Amino acid sequence: MARLAALVVLALLALVPLVPMGGMRQYVLHVVIQVFIWSFIGGAWALMGRFGLVSLGHGAFLGLGAYTTTLLWNFYGVSPWLGAVPALLATAVLAFLVAYPCSRFRVVGHYFALVTLAFGEVIRLLLIAERDWTGGSLGLTLKTAGSDASLMAIQFADKRVFYYAALGVWLFGLWVWARLDRSMARAAMEAIGEDETAAASVGIHVTRFKLAITTLSAVLTAAGGILYAQYITYVNPETLAGIGVSLRIVFAVVLGGMYSLLGPTVGTALTIALSEYLRVVFGLKFIGMAETIYGLLLVLFIIFLPSGIYGSLRAALRHARLPARATA
Amino acid sequence: MIDPIFLVEAAVNGILLGGVLALLALGLNLIFGVLDIVWIAYVDLVMLCMYAAYFVVQVYGWPVWVGGVAAVVLGLFLGVAVHVLIISPILSSPPINQLLATGGLLFFLQSFATFLWTTDHRTVRLSLPVIEIGGMFLSFARLIAFAISILAMLGLYLLLKHTYIGTAIRAVAQDRDAMALMGANPRRVYLVTSAVGGAMAGVAGALLIIQYSVHPYFGAAFGPLTFMICVLGGLGNMVGAFVASFVMSEIISIGGVTWSTEMGYVVAFALFIVMMFIRPGGILVRRD
Repeated sequence: MARLAALVVLALLALVPLVPMGGMRQYVLHVVIQVFIWSFIGGAWALMGRFGLVSLGHGAFLGLGAYTTTLLWNFYGVSPWLGAVPALLATAVLAFLVAYPCSRFRVVGHYFALVTLAFGEVIRLLLIAERDWTGGSLGLTLKTAGSDASLMAIQFADKRVFYYAALGVWLFGLWVWARLDRSMARAAMEAIGEDETAAASVGIHVTRFKLAITTLSAVLTAAGGILYAQYITYVNPETLAGIGVSLRIVFAVVLGGMYSLLGPTVGTALTIALSEYLRVVFGLKFIGMAETIYGLLLVLFIIFLPSGIYGSLRAALRHARLPARATA
Repeated sequence: MIDPIFLVEAAVNGILLGGVLALLALGLNLIFGVLDIVWIAYVDLVMLCMYAAYFVVQVYGWPVWVGGVAAVVLGLFLGVAVHVLIISPILSSPPINQLLATGGLLFFLQSFATFLWTTDHRTVRLSLPVIEIGGMFLSFARLIAFAISILAMLGLYLLLKHTYIGTAIRAVAQDRDAMALMGANPRRVYLVTSAVGGAMAGVAGALLIIQYSVHPYFGAAFGPLTFMICVLGGLGNMVGAFVASFVMSEIISIGGVTWSTEMGYVVAFALFIVMMFIRPGGILVRRD
């Protein structure tokens, strides 16, 4: 039943770009592409967030991925397909360098959040400081490739190509999540999240699991950053690194619910839909209104619905279904 | 090679910056020590107080001290409001939810300020002189801010050491559960602490507005630095936070002159990360 519903939804998503929408098509596709990419990134964050490893520095990984491929492409003409390899490797190494001492010296909870926050700021400031290459706070535009080289450069004039690419990446993110959810690693990580000492005492290799999950999360985030940079063809330190974007990722996930498969997607879709709606309704007159409402919602959600919209909805449904099953 | 006089000037400016940072850090640290919650949006409250001082002085033309008082009163009020509306409902939630709730407040304040006042930078113009001492140029506004922040910190110290409520605050910071067993009401202590922490934000706001211009993203500029100082000093440890403020401000100030502004911050933040690994309890605590 659930499988059938999922297939139907998937088929519908695959058909979206073929629906005749006239002049609206570009805009609708643009919004949906953003939802896919940011949901993927949110899901990557939630891989570790759900186990109590709350990182406020994921912007750093996003920026690292996006800037590495962009700089390699702009200065050396290296195709982003190839550039992604060093970008993801560098991200993995850096994630390891942060996660290893954190795990070794038991930096957890608030402290982990603040260390990752500092790390995110370091990357953002370095990107600004190296302004000769990176363009500083003004950012950098990707060099455009000719139409014959568009596949090599991952630049497509037609948004539909990006639509399918983003859909694929998003599905891949869900697959990783589901795969992890069914694995032993999940049980181990949950135990570590509850009580590290107890987990270690039953033979769980705490450091190894933490490192693996952090590196996985960071690499997927960097991959999302690369895709986003290729789509927008512009990178800047505020949208791709630093505390602002890091918090945005966290909040979209918390809003949707970080403990469920579709939570990050629901949260991201809602936040993007909300800001687009407010932008369309109020235009440029009310700059900041969308985020104001969004911030207010976040506070209310954390107070009243700590497991997020999707998470709470699912829990309520399950609650309603359980007594019925008990009587049958 | 840099003229040594610039280094000395940078060092002195670092001390002056450190005074104001210490004030910010002490307010946040007081709240952390008592409630065990990090107010991520603390510096955004400071930002609102800066706007209050700006509007009172620059727009409505009142004297500067009225602006200062307005900032402190607003800060006190905001501290109470944040506690009552946001913190007290989630006092027993996981720490991460508390962190994120005040993070939501950060988003709210930042964007609401953008909505109300746009992203323009605003300053209170005081025609204060720049004084020259032995070839160094020091801003008089900064000297005043430094002096007042030292006085405010002294006031906080006296409050904590020599009043009944101050003793209660210190007691709760030491052991939350034992305090309740002694028949004291921790709720009142929480409220007073949040009010005092808010008022400190107001003082800091009033002192910052005469040195820096205020804009909605002011909190994003100073916020991370403030938490790092608190953590570096040891969360809840007042003396540690005081020392850490000067360490960080010197690195930023001297690094800024010898290298570049961003690199000064990079070095300061990198030091923070390393210190978290080797001295997680704060710089003044020995690792056992």
